[in-house]
Amino acid sequence: MAQDAPDKAEATAAGAEESAPAVRVAPPPHLSKAAITTRWMMMDVLIGLAPVIGMAVLIFRWHAIFQVGLCVVSSIAAEALFTRMRNQPLRIGDGSAAVTGAILGLSLPWSAPWYVAVIGSAAAIGLGKAAFGGLGYNIFNPAMVGRAFVMLSFARELGASAYVSAQSELEIITQATPLTAAKKLAADLAAGTVSAADAPMQLGRAGEFWPLFVGQVNGSLGETSALAVLIGGLYLCLRRSASWEIPAGVVLSGFILAGAANAAGLTPLTALHHVVGGSLLFGAFFIATDPVSSPLTPKGKFLFGLGVGAVIVLLRVFSGYPEGVMFAVLLMNAVVPLLNRWTIPRPVGGPVPRKA
Amino acid sequence: MTVAVTRKPVKQRRTFSGGVHPPERKGLAEEAAIEVLPTPAQVRIPLLQHLGAPCKETVKPRTEVALGDVVGESTGFVSAPVHASVSGTTGRLSVTTLPNGRHVSVVPIKSAEAQPLSGRALFDDVFGGEWPTDGLERHEPKQIAEAAHEAGLVGLGGAAFPTHVKLTRNESKPIQTLLINGSECEPYLTADYRLMLEAPAPVISGALLAQRAVGAEDVIVCVEDNKPKAAEALSSAAEGTGVEVRVLKTKYPQGGEKQLTVAVLGKEVPTGGLPLDVGVVVVNVGTAAALARAVFRGKPLTHRVVTVSGGGIKQPKNLLAPVGVSYQELIDYCGGLTKEAARVVAGGPMMGYTIGSLDIPATKGTSGLTVFTHGEVRRSEETACVRCGRCVDVCPLNLVPTKIGLAARAHDVDLVERYYGSACMECGCCAYVCPASLPLVQLIRLGKLLLQRANRS
Repeated sequence: MAQDAPDKAEATAAGAEESAPAVRVAPPPHLSKAAITTRWMMMDVLIGLAPVIGMAVLIFRWHAIFQVGLCVVSSIAAEALFTRMRNQPLRIGDGSAAVTGAILGLSLPWSAPWYVAVIGSAAAIGLGKAAFGGLGYNIFNPAMVGRAFVMLSFARELGASAYVSAQSELEIITQATPLTAAKKLAADLAAGTVSAADAPMQLGRAGEFWPLFVGQVNGSLGETSALAVLIGGLYLCLRRSASWEIPAGVVLSGFILAGAANAAGLTPLTALHHVVGGSLLFGAFFIATDPVSSPLTPKGKFLFGLGVGAVIVLLRVFSGYPEGVMFAVLLMNAVVPLLNRWTIPRPVGGPVPRKA
Repeated sequence: MTVAVTRKPVKQRRTFSGGVHPPERKGLAEEAAIEVLPTPAQVRIPLLQHLGAPCKETVKPRTEVALGDVVGESTGFVSAPVHASVSGTTGRLSVTTLPNGRHVSVVPIKSAEAQPLSGRALFDDVFGGEWPTDGLERHEPKQIAEAAHEAGLVGLGGAAFPTHVKLTRNESKPIQTLLINGSECEPYLTADYRLMLEAPAPVISGALLAQRAVGAEDVIVCVEDNKPKAAEALSSAAEGTGVEVRVLKTKYPQGGEKQLTVAVLGKEVPTGGLPLDVGVVVVNVGTAAALARAVFRGKPLTHRVVTVSGGGIKQPKNLLAPVGVSYQELIDYCGGLTKEAARVVAGGPMMGYTIGSLDIPATKGTSGLTVFTHGEVRRSEETACVRCGRCVDVCPLNLVPTKIGLAARAHDVDLVERYYGSACMECGCCAYVCPASLPLVQLIRLGKLLLQRANRS
């Protein structure tokens, strides 16, 4: 790392006049928008997550408290451990580890055992962030790296069956998740074991809009209520702590492609169901909008969003997984440097003329 | 001159895209009427006060000079002569370091006991009395530009570009619009505001002269909407003259030539070019007033209005001060520094330079002196860039500041170039909003320097 003069932003001026106490030399501008700091941005994300966490607690009760709490605590612990190992100043106060933990926790099923949360958090912070050099340098979304790690390591604990418990006092978790139901229905329809007329019944609640929208369906902790996600997500966009271009792109391409897939008979769910069902919205507003692993330019952000939405639908329709947000975000993260390069904005007044 | 009979109704534009709203803090000195600084015991006239070639001294040491005598003559077209700002005796040539880091020769002048102009008489000579707005036909365009050159006029907004260069007609690039810049978008600074309020007549008169010089069809005086009184004063002074007063949205950096051109006319100045390239000339209000004085009274630019403000100044003021007076004297006249004073800046907070010594002479481009307290200045603990893109959102030139800055830090010249680093005008919006407190302006300056070096070899 080149350490240049700019790093020493402030140096006491030599030869300052006696009458000029503590004259300090620093580059302009000499004012800053005091309200904006990295920490403040992360706190904003936590505020935005509040309705989502609240809804998760309402639906999944203490399972949600346990899962999200454990992920936040272990993420912070992992952050402390890895920054220490790298001999770097501890920056837990910036809140980024807490955000990673909360998002990871909200993306897990209610039943995930404690070691899944702990290992997932360690992988998120260690592999997802610290290995690249810490906050600001990671290529992939840390929470999704952690989730992918545990998903591949503990396929059974995180598979479709993990979401369902036949005997439970919580009625919601006795049903399959909407996307799993849809996947099964698509397979049954293809095999001819279910007739098209019976399809809506097979889908159960996943076939209705309002339960899906409000969150009266099974799923990962944070994804069930589209309503809560929209409230928190719009807050983030209005505060400009998340760029609206990304969720706009995800929803747009997700809606269009899901509509096309539905029309082609590839999926029993309509475009609207695909958008509000599963974690498409949660991913659009809270995961894909991670500033570090998304593009810098407005145009790049929109293209990134379009890509995430498209890959989500492709995975939902064609892959063996019912859901595709995690892989979609990770895949598009890898394209971000290219997107940045392709979308360098045209300066006002045009590009710098080349010297002849 | 032919005036177009049918003109398309142009949508009234009032701003540009990007930009920031820093706290204005103009209230500190806004109500302070312009005071005339008592003639200092000594002034030191820098021989380079503009963008361009330095002057050559024309007086020997221990020579008697009168107020307004030339002490340095220009050595090229893009250059402006400098004049004695007091009557007195010259001393030996010495060298000083200006806030921008340039070492320049200075001609010291010890003031004589008797000064031809001081106090109220000086103010009236600079701003008072009658300023004609008609009968300007007897002034040939060439003569106006010539008068601007002889008076040593430079842009008083801060960049100090020699005015006669702007006012000299170029047949291949006709000028349609003359913009008189009264935006004064830098926080704290109120020098232009007081000038517009207290002396609107010479501004309008100078605007008409500049219009005649460049042959522009329209003259628009641009004032931000946080200065309604100034706009009012100018409007009544401009009545019946054909000069339009346009009120713009308050936003930094509205006063940048390129932003103003976009904001008012919707015309983009080509990167690396001048407003001239799109048929526009931009002249600061102070420069316009000085032009009127040069043409109608034959007086060179020896004094200017300087704002001395900030939480670190006991009595913030707007001063009519001679060029060459030391910053120390300006501060002393304003009651000195307070205990909390932490940083002295030549200019405003967004683009001004910090200075390490107060023993620096004010130049024609010194629009203000701002002294910050610890509470006012930017905190500077840098954290990692999280690529939030706020700098991209606020960049008035539509650049990607963080990319340019970080590329410069890594000495990646190609990347600086790919992201159009050299187009940056260093307005500081990016660093102002950066949540990670990256010194973006400084890094981009480094990048521009690296680019320049790479292109040279």
